[in-house]
Formats: sequence, structure tokens, C-alpha cells
Amino acid sequence: MDYRICSFTGLKIHKTAEDLIKWNVVTAILFLALGGFMALLVALTRWPSVHYLGPANYYRFLTLHGFDALLLWILFFEVALVHFTSAVLLNTRVVAPFSAWIAYALMLVGAVFVNIVTFAGKADVLFTSYVPLKANGVYYLGVIIFAVGALTAFGNFFANIIQARRDKAYKHTLPLGTYGLAAASIIGVVTLAHGAVIMIPVFFWSIDLIKYIDPATYRLIFWGLGHSSQQINVCAMVAMWYMAAAFVLGAKPVNEKLSRTAFVLYILFINVASEHHLLVDPVLSNWHKIVNTGYMMHLAVLASMIHAFAIPASMEVALRNKGYTKGLFDWLKNAPWGNPAFSATFLSIIGFGFLGGITGVIFGTEQFNIIRHNTFAITGHFHGTVVSGTTTAFMGGTYLLIPYIFRRELVLPKLATIQPYLYAIGVAMFAISMMAAGSYGVPRRHWDITFSNAIFSFSFDPSIDIFLSMMGVGALLAVLGGVIFIIVSLGSIVFGKKTS
Amino acid sequence: MAIKEPERIWWKPYTRDERLWVAMALLWMMASFVFMPVYHFIGAQNPPSETYRVRDKEKFRALVDGMVNKYKVGEEKGIPIVKPEPGSDVFVQASMWQWYPILQLEKAKTYRIHLASMDVTHGFSIQPINMNFMALPDYDYVVTLTPTTSGDYYIVCNEFCGLGHHLMVGKMIIK
Ligand code: HEM
Ligand SMILES: [Cu+2]
Ligand SMILES: [Cu+2]
Repeated sequence: MDYRICSFTGLKIHKTAEDLIKWNVVTAILFLALGGFMALLVALTRWPSVHYLGPANYYRFLTLHGFDALLLWILFFEVALVHFTSAVLLNTRVVAPFSAWIAYALMLVGAVFVNIVTFAGKADVLFTSYVPLKANGVYYLGVIIFAVGALTAFGNFFANIIQARRDKAYKHTLPLGTYGLAAASIIGVVTLAHGAVIMIPVFFWSIDLIKYIDPATYRLIFWGLGHSSQQINVCAMVAMWYMAAAFVLGAKPVNEKLSRTAFVLYILFINVASEHHLLVDPVLSNWHKIVNTGYMMHLAVLASMIHAFAIPASMEVALRNKGYTKGLFDWLKNAPWGNPAFSATFLSIIGFGFLGGITGVIFGTEQFNIIRHNTFAITGHFHGTVVSGTTTAFMGGTYLLIPYIFRRELVLPKLATIQPYLYAIGVAMFAISMMAAGSYGVPRRHWDITFSNAIFSFSFDPSIDIFLSMMGVGALLAVLGGVIFIIVSLGSIVFGKKTS
Repeated sequence: MAIKEPERIWWKPYTRDERLWVAMALLWMMASFVFMPVYHFIGAQNPPSETYRVRDKEKFRALVDGMVNKYKVGEEKGIPIVKPEPGSDVFVQASMWQWYPILQLEKAKTYRIHLASMDVTHGFSIQPINMNFMALPDYDYVVTLTPTTSGDYYIVCNEFCGLGHHLMVGKMIIK
């Protein structure tokens, strides 16, 4: 067995785990770059005074932006975390290396299929592909292959921790970081099963082997997959917060019981909240909507409230133990703000809670949803969760994995220091502007909100121009932050000075 | 530490701060829990859920055409303007990329608007008042609506429905 001892963390690192993490992280970053480039083009199109792309390219690149950023970047990174938490943190091995590589290969093949058919203009359906909009069969096939790969990777997680238990790599319970990824993997298996239930019939429908797919059923099951899988992201992101606090500050969760209970709440209650996408849909009864989005969702929100308390508290305790005890906020002042792994984590906590979380609770309310559904405000909301939350947290994670796993020093450390701030400010600016524009009714996924060629033309309140221009400027800042991230991370991986 | 196995006994009692925070969060959640269904009864506006299955699209089209023939009062840009009786059932048909027909409704009168799509999914977004409902194929979604302000309103499609999605704008007149 090929192991080495990490000189920073003292962790025993299995060579196969190291290779798997490297490949998954690099692939994730490459898809973030691609998705980010699409983001730039799409954002420039939604900026009225620029209105860059034509309609066909706008819808095509929006499909790719959603798919590459939301699915590919995030899931490849999560698979890296699967191996990091189940093998590296437990000082043990990847038990089924072959199936772990197969998982990687399947995910990559599926991802390439989807990108190619979409680029070729055969799948202008946006990543939700609501039937009866129909894409080329290769699109659905790519999604299925990708999902099978991801499912295999989550399976690897369970295999690794079961073997670790046999090898006595842990005695009683998992470290909290691994526990969080266990929650993510459980939700992952459930949601990917939803994905199979709906995507396989849709694939057969796309090649004319099945005649009919019910559009309402598709929406219900698609969001059973689509919304619940956001909870994979939340669990992995929260686990990343705990781990970053531990690596950077040596922080200890103040109460393991509390934090673990919160992860269990996520597993139990989020899958049923997926119907907030369907609040103004036909079919579902009022009671259905009230119970699902009202009762269940709030229990998942409670879990986030718990983490929002536990993580800053653990940071405070750790910093106070370092001697920053003057007054109430001395610890906060003396936190390592120049360390991008720390600042990204901190900004992610703030962004996720204040931009993503609060708006999620509001827009998920039955009555409020009528005035926000499918407007630009929704796009603002989920850039608060998956971008300012998850993506920023994973950027912070990358800054830790570069020394620990890639064994390189960061190139351009000064740029790396400002990167999380630039990105977080840009994302906050464009997400808030999207919410403001959406509150005036500006639709999402729309090429021409001046309706210049439509039979009736109508103008929104003129103040939306200011909001949409602010969105454009925010998007440019965020893209700049994203570009710096890509340069620093890939630059360090390739050219960084080797650490001993 | 989150990166190491915790000591043997990790199920420690909650401290005062923790209990306070969780209690506050729980109270807030409970308030939302209770208020959501309560508001459903005291609030003036709720998402509708009355739905019928459309087994035959031609039948729905026939209902639309019947209404247009009976209540047509004018035409704008080739699309008929229809003034149905207050309290009646009104049919609106969505298709790539048109809302049909134009409705002329009276203020403070209640209508049952039936929304259905003839092809793909569309979004029925009333602007500038910004109220949004989905129009799905094969389902008739009944939005019971009482206009409160007069003026011209536009129906923007806000669900992607193909390459002409941004061309799909309809109209509603409240008198
Ligand atoms: C520099 C960063 C980013 C910018 C400027 C940006 C901007 C945008 C814009 C302008 C839209 C189009 C909204 C519309 O026209 O309806 C959009 C959609 C979207 N973005 Fe981003 N984005 C960024 C990063 C990300 C990331 C990192 C993710 C995922 C983790 C993401 C996920 C999505 C999704 C899922 C959609 C919806 C696509 C759809 O409606 O089909 N974005 N983004
Ligand atoms: Cu439409
Ligand atoms: Cu549309």
C-alpha cells in the first residue's frame, strides 16, 4: 500500500485517494472555467445596454452555464470531497479504486456528451429540460451516464467508511467532516434515484420508444431530484465550513451533538420541500403545498440556523484560545483575513445565510411565490446559495487542497488574498440586483425584456435599467474574481513550488 | 475537531447559549409553521390549485373558440378582444408563441380563468402587477381572479418555451 504522511496536517494519505482527488478537483475547476465563461456571455446579454448574444446563442449558452456550473463543477468537487473525507481524514484507503475511476470516467463521458450536443445546437432546452420540449437523445443519455457515475462515487463513500471501520480507522464515530459528507452521500443516492426514475423514460421518449411523458409528473420528479440535490451541496458546503475552520484555526465544533443533529435534520426534511418549485403549478392540492413547503422546509432551515451558530462559535472559541480575548470582537478583528481559505469560508457563511437562505424562505412561501415565481429574483436567490455559498466555500477548499493534496505552494499569493473578496462582492452585487429587477417582474431566462419584436410591446418600470446595469457590473467583478481563482488554482497546481 | 474523530463521549448537554439559540430559531420556525396555513385562510390571495385534465387539446380549443365567437368585442393586432360575462368561465390558450385571446374584464368582478397550453410549458406572468402562474400542456389550471385596478396589463411568457420565447406577449384589459 502506498501511503505518505502530510507534513501540514499529519494525515496519512493513500496514493489512490490523492490521485482521485487531484483528477476530480482539476476537472471541476475546468468545468467552472467553462461555465464561468458562459456566465460572462449570458450576463452581458442580460445587461440591456450591452445585449451581447443573439437569441439562439443566449438560450444555448444559458443551458450550458446552468449545466456546467451547477452540475459539473459542484459534483466533481464533491466527489473529491467524498474521497478526501472517507479516505484521507480517516487515514485509510480507497477500497475499490477501480470503481472509483469508473465513476470518474462515467461522469466525464456524460459531461462531454451533454456539452457536445448542446454546443451543436441539438439541446436548447435549458438544464431543466421540461417535457415536452425535446432535446436530442444524446443529451438525456449524457445526463444518465453522468448520474450513474455520481451514484457510483457516492457508493464509494459508503464502501470506504465501512472498510475503514473494519480496519479500525475510527473507533466509534466519524469525524464531523466525514459525517457531513455521509449526509451528502445519503441524499445523493436518494436524489439520483429520482433522476433515474424520470430521465430514463425521457430518454426513451426522445428516441420515440415511449409515446408520452406527463409534463406535471416530470416537473414533480425533476424537482425531487433537482431541489433535493441542492441539499447535497448544502451538506458538502457545511462540512467544508467545519473542515476549513478546523484546518485553518484548529477550531473544534462546540457541541458535536448539536452539529450532528442538524445534519440529520437535512436528511430527513429537505427532500419533501422540493415542491416549492411547483407552488403556482396545477395538479397539487393546496394542502399538499402548505404541508410540504411550510412544515417540512422549516425543519431543514432550522438545521442551517444551527450551523450558522455552531461554526462562528467554534471559530470564536479557537481564536480566543489563541489569546485574542479583549472585548467582544477582538477575535473577529484578529481572524486570518489574509488567508483565502479562511476568508472564502467566512464569506460563504455570510453569503449563503443572508443572500441565499433568507430569500429562499421568503420566496418559498405560498403566497409570496405568486409574485416571484420565474422572475429574475429566483435567479438572484440561487446565486446566493450555490454561488456565494457553495462555490465560494469550495474555492476556499481548493486553497487547502493545493498544499495538502497537490503539495504545491500558491502562486500569486497576493492575488489569492483578494480573490474571495472580489468574487463575493461581485456575486452579492449581481444577485441583489437580480432580486431587485425580479421584484418588478423582469423574467428569468428571457432574451429581450424590451419585447422589441413581440406583437405587444410593453416596458417595465424604468428603474430596472439601473438594477440590470448593476447586475452587469457585479457580474464583471465576479467573473474577474473567478478568473483569478482559475489562474491561481491551476497555476499553482502546474507551476507552484513543490512543498516538501 | 471536524477533521478528527471526537472523544468517546461527544453527546454533551447543550450549553445555555446553544439552548437559547435553538429555542429562538425553533420559535421563529413554529411561528412560520402556524402562520402559513393561517394566512391561507385570512389572506386575500393564494395560489390556486383547481385543475382539470385536458385529454383532447381540440376540445379545449373549441371552448376558447366558442367563447371568442360569443363575446368578441373587437380586435387588436389580429387577436380578438373578448369581453366575457362576469362570474363566468374564461379560457386562455397558450401556444408557441402567443396568448389567445385578449381578455377584457371588469374591475371588482370575479372570473374563473382556465389556462392551458397547446404545446410546451409556458409561464403566465401578468405585468406590471407581477403575478405568475404556470400553463402546462394537458392540464387546465383554473385561476380565480378578481381585478382590483383598471388599465392595460400584459401577459409575458416567463417559462422558456423554445427559441421564440421572448416574443410571447399577450394582453389583458381591465375596465
Ligand atoms: C461569475 C459568476 C456568475 C455569473 C456572472 C452568473 C450569471 C448568471 C446569469 C446572468 C444567469 C442568467 C439568468 C437568466 O438569464 O435567466 C445565470 C443563470 C444561472 N446560473 Fe449563474 N452566474 C455565475 C456563476 C454561477 C455558478 C458558479 C453557478 C452554479 C454553481 C451558477 C448557476 C446558475 C444556474 C443554475 C442558472 C440558471 C440557468 C437557467 O435558468 O436555466 N451560476 N447565471
Ligand atoms: Cu411561452
Ligand atoms: Cu416562454
